[in-house]
Amino acid sequence: MARIIGGVATTHVPSIGKAIAENKQNDPYWKPFFQGFDYVHYWLAREKPDIAVVFYNDHGLNFFLDKLPTFAVGAAKEYRNEDEGWGIPVARAIEGDPDLSWHIINALVADEFDITMCQDMLVDHSVTIPMALMWPGNKRHPVRIVPVSINTVQHPLPSLKRCLNLGRSVGRAIESYPQDVRVMIVGTGGLSHQLDGKRAGFINKEFDKLCMDKLTGEPEALTRYSIHDWVEQAGAQGVEFLNWMAMRGALTGQVTEVHRNYHIPISNTAAATVVLENRTKAERKAA
Amino acid sequence: MKQDIPGTVMFDGDQAQKGYALNRMCFSFNSAENRAAFLKDEDAYCRKFGLNEKQRAAIKNRNVLELIEAGGNVYYLAKFAGIFGLNVQDIGAQQTGVTVDEFKAKLAAAGR
Repeated sequence: MARIIGGVATTHVPSIGKAIAENKQNDPYWKPFFQGFDYVHYWLAREKPDIAVVFYNDHGLNFFLDKLPTFAVGAAKEYRNEDEGWGIPVARAIEGDPDLSWHIINALVADEFDITMCQDMLVDHSVTIPMALMWPGNKRHPVRIVPVSINTVQHPLPSLKRCLNLGRSVGRAIESYPQDVRVMIVGTGGLSHQLDGKRAGFINKEFDKLCMDKLTGEPEALTRYSIHDWVEQAGAQGVEFLNWMAMRGALTGQVTEVHRNYHIPISNTAAATVVLENRTKAERKAA
Repeated sequence: MKQDIPGTVMFDGDQAQKGYALNRMCFSFNSAENRAAFLKDEDAYCRKFGLNEKQRAAIKNRNVLELIEAGGNVYYLAKFAGIFGLNVQDIGAQQTGVTVDEFKAKLAAAGR
């Protein structure tokens, strides 16, 4: 049976792609962010995931406003990146896992999440940057992915509760997958930031801390915030936290935070990286 | 009715309708060929996408607040800004009426 080993959540700011291309990881500006990945690399080397289910938001590469799904699940053999118009290098293609994709799609629709299914799908920096951060060196990534896109662009957006429940449904689907694979969950984006309007540059350190503190042990506590509240507290683009909520929801066992890094600013954003470990009941008994 | 958040325009159905042509044009800037075509003949390019007068003026003025007012969504506007090599600190500074260094200092101060 498939096993959910844990989750990684990380900021996906486009300029990280540029910093990687220009080898700036040790520059004073970038170091506090990149060094937060030393533990992630250690954890991934130890845990050896086969597949990553990635909750992310497309910023106008694959989806435009003509047809914009609230939730979309990739079911492709391969996911390509393309020019996004803001000058970051095009990333290498990432291998998909259509078997697990369709298993998740079937389970989600049976569970009344009426998602959009995508057999041909480009992935933007919101997927490629976290991948490059987790597995640096521009080598072929050692995992296959199932990308799950959440609309954070055009309101109305799905609620925090809905995204937590989407994640839970994905988690149950993975647990019922008969293949013996190790699956990790990724949530990308955030934390607080606002790019647009006279409030551009808004960052809320206290609220970010509250979110990270609640995420592991009581994610339900965060569902009391409406999307409007979230924009107010975390900034207009801070709503990318929806991807973190879905990631957390997919961790169905006993969850422990084993790593956290938080640094202001990277670009206009409060940058954060966390690693959450997931232990099933059987594993806890054995331990 | 919820109170508006100061300095923030929610990109909702009203904005999405208002800004459709503008955002569609900015979406086209994913392609290098289209970015070059815009630079070659800006008027013709804007006409092709059917921008209204306000949107055309905001594009001409390279003014982000005006572009948002005209229905632009920041993720698409960032592709427009990318044509001129401007990043989100540059457009942040423009929108808040400070220099780029002042804007960066404000971001750094939020971490202390």
